[in-house]
Amino acid sequence: MTDQLPEDRSEAVFGDFKTALTRDQALVEANRCLFCTDAPCVKVCPTHIDIPQFIRKIATDNVKGSAKTIFESNILGMSCARVCPVEVLCVGDCVYNEMGVPPIQIGKLQRYSTDVAFAEKWRFFEAGPDTGRSVGLIGGGPASLACAHELRRRGHRCTIYEKRSSLGGLNTTGVAPYKMRADKSVEEVEWVLGIGGVDVKLGFDVGTDATLDEIEKDHDAVFFGAGLGADSALGVPGEDLPGVFGAVDWIEKMKLSKLPLDKSATCVVVGGGNTAIDAVREAKGLGIERVVMVYRGVEEKMSGYEHEWEAAKAESVTAEWRTLPIAFEGNGKVERVKCQRLDDAKKPIAGSEVSIPASLVLVAIGQSKLGKMLEKLPGVTIDKGRVVTDEHGFTGRKGWYAGGDCRNGGKEVVNGAAEGKAAAIAIDSFLRGGNSG
Amino acid sequence: MADLTTNCGGIVSPNPFWLASAPPANSGGQVQRAFDAGWGGAVWKTLGQPIQNVSSRFGATNVRGVQGAGFNNIELITDRSLDINFAEIADTKKKYPKHAVIVSLMVETREEWKDIIKRSIDTGADGLELNFGCPHGMCERGMGSAVGQEPRVNQEITSWAVEYSTIPVLVKLTPNVADIVPHGLAARRGGAHGVSLINTIKSIISVDIDKFVPEPRVAGLSTNGGYCGAAVKPIALHMVAALARNREFGLPISGIGGVSNWRDAVEFILLGSTSVQVCTEVMLRGFRVVEDMIDGLETYMDAHGFKTIESMVGKAVPAFSEWGDLDLNYETVAKIDPQKCIGCQLCVAACQDGAHQCIFPQDGPDAKRLSLAAPQGGHTRVPVIDESECVGCNLCKIVCPVPDCISMVEVDNGFAPSTWNEHVTAGKALRPKKGASH
Repeated sequence: MTDQLPEDRSEAVFGDFKTALTRDQALVEANRCLFCTDAPCVKVCPTHIDIPQFIRKIATDNVKGSAKTIFESNILGMSCARVCPVEVLCVGDCVYNEMGVPPIQIGKLQRYSTDVAFAEKWRFFEAGPDTGRSVGLIGGGPASLACAHELRRRGHRCTIYEKRSSLGGLNTTGVAPYKMRADKSVEEVEWVLGIGGVDVKLGFDVGTDATLDEIEKDHDAVFFGAGLGADSALGVPGEDLPGVFGAVDWIEKMKLSKLPLDKSATCVVVGGGNTAIDAVREAKGLGIERVVMVYRGVEEKMSGYEHEWEAAKAESVTAEWRTLPIAFEGNGKVERVKCQRLDDAKKPIAGSEVSIPASLVLVAIGQSKLGKMLEKLPGVTIDKGRVVTDEHGFTGRKGWYAGGDCRNGGKEVVNGAAEGKAAAIAIDSFLRGGNSG
Repeated sequence: MADLTTNCGGIVSPNPFWLASAPPANSGGQVQRAFDAGWGGAVWKTLGQPIQNVSSRFGATNVRGVQGAGFNNIELITDRSLDINFAEIADTKKKYPKHAVIVSLMVETREEWKDIIKRSIDTGADGLELNFGCPHGMCERGMGSAVGQEPRVNQEITSWAVEYSTIPVLVKLTPNVADIVPHGLAARRGGAHGVSLINTIKSIISVDIDKFVPEPRVAGLSTNGGYCGAAVKPIALHMVAALARNREFGLPISGIGGVSNWRDAVEFILLGSTSVQVCTEVMLRGFRVVEDMIDGLETYMDAHGFKTIESMVGKAVPAFSEWGDLDLNYETVAKIDPQKCIGCQLCVAACQDGAHQCIFPQDGPDAKRLSLAAPQGGHTRVPVIDESECVGCNLCKIVCPVPDCISMVEVDNGFAPSTWNEHVTAGKALRPKKGASH
């Protein structure tokens, strides 16, 4: 699958924003870990990796044991080590913060162990004895992969139905390349599927190529992990002009192909969430000189992570706060964004129109929810586009489970991994007659 | 300002910090650089019939990322000719007349002792140290610890040295004995002016787990070496104190064994040492560690009103007692400072797994069962302590990574002091035991 990614794809110019630790560095850092009891870093991790234990194993040069500890909790530990917002998860909760001492670089240590595991081609898990049961998984992103891997350990056959031509979901198509490039995601997918017994149907659009009823009939249980849909649109005039893209769509193109690029362009990114911040940093990283974020709110209240925005600012990205695009204008292609300033109540201020030059516009104001795909299934509840489940991912319809962005509305890879695995455990229990789900 | 001048058995040095007889004091160049760095004295690497050494020679114990917490060596006495050594000692003494140069010696026969002592004195050296301690290589040849382990031999050779010497004689004792006291007394009977201890401890430092050979590895074999470094300090302190409190002994002591900084030196002095000798810390960090030793000691002495080293020597010896004389009714309990606590809960694991199970997470079932209230002013991860069960063992304080976060606080339990001896002989009342009812 790796060969499908063109060598000259745009993301290839990016190096690692956070560099890998050498063995020497990892040993020093690992030895700083206090080995906390009931550690806060573990509690805050959605997959509850036993962080003190895996770090202690690095310190004793038991890297194989360290990697096993990580993958035991999170089979996507390699990508999570790179893409997790550790600043607001494990590292943010390291007790050293309480002391005013630099916290343990948990993400980097996890990357160290998992990178060694991949380089050494270690495998830790085998498929369980065949139960004769099968599970269909809709979507091939982190949640489904984690779910399928856990189901295989428990002996259930799996079929993943993926609309795209590659697996990995946003890990492959959406993660900022300075965190992880697509080839690493593809490598991880292959490593996860190495457990065997997972049938993968690529380019398979559930709803078109098969109905939900057919999927349900073909399997003893179904996991819905379809993620999120297309970029939301602002719904303003000129949004269809060439040069205006949905940010997620543009990022996918940037990661998987070579984009035509005008470095002297002015890039406007609309939005203030993490996708918007990724987009501005990516545009900067590709060499575009002027990158401006246009956000209707204020800096203090933007939904993107502070540490990410600080990094963007350090890369000399600028922002227009309390600013709302009202039209995209240009002659045959976008040339400027017409905006209006907003007051404290986010109401337009009369006469405040400004025009910001732009030859590339990335709209990062959210993605559509895919819960509606299931809305006709009796027993399944959809709330604001999200699939509603109990804490184990059970939807309320016998045999149907869900996890990942379609359930949580769009969180981190690590949330998808946790939800996928939790659902697998619930599905296993269901298939063995342990509960009614 | 405190005066650091030291007089250990008649050997005077500007401060109590001496290089021990070991690789850092192997040559004139090294010793002179050490004096330039501030060292007050140096015990020259042991002279005797020059030997041939092996490769490799040293090994170390690493603990949680700290390299060289313990250290050992299988190096022998000097491998350089006596002529060169004596010439360098004389040169050093000439250039550094106020620093103490002590010559460490190890030979076999009475004639050899007589000869080497004369040559040593001729260099202008300030003292001699008889190496009765080396536990590897030399003892198999009837020297080193083979002498130090036999009080009669120790006494006899000491008496020869004292007879031939016109300068002070220190006897360096081996810790590879059940009780150090008879060996110190033997040196005293032999006429020694002082003793130095401890020499290194017989040891295997580690094993190469891939090659199945202990370290330090010499081709396919290894041998026992001498253990030293920070990890041996407790053994050394005990032996120093055992001699210091012995009524018959009464000789000056040069303390050796894991002295890594001024604090260690203060501990040795308080337990009866007059000077201290350092090797491992210099081998790991170089001569310049002495700067902190000197001004740390000065600051300490000023803070405690000690004007001279002599006034400090043995200050803690009277408090080194027997278990039977400890007050069983004295009681402490642990207190956690909720402001300082970072919530690592190492104390919880230590107390639950390694002590008396009286520290709990504040939001857990045990805290609820025992009605232990969360401390005021701290976060939710500050543990709670069941003081009715806390035996005051210190373990929580020891594992806590935050300085002064956990303190052991004395409790007034209403019981008059009573030792085990008083309880047995006079029936004095003991408080109820804690932590023993379940």
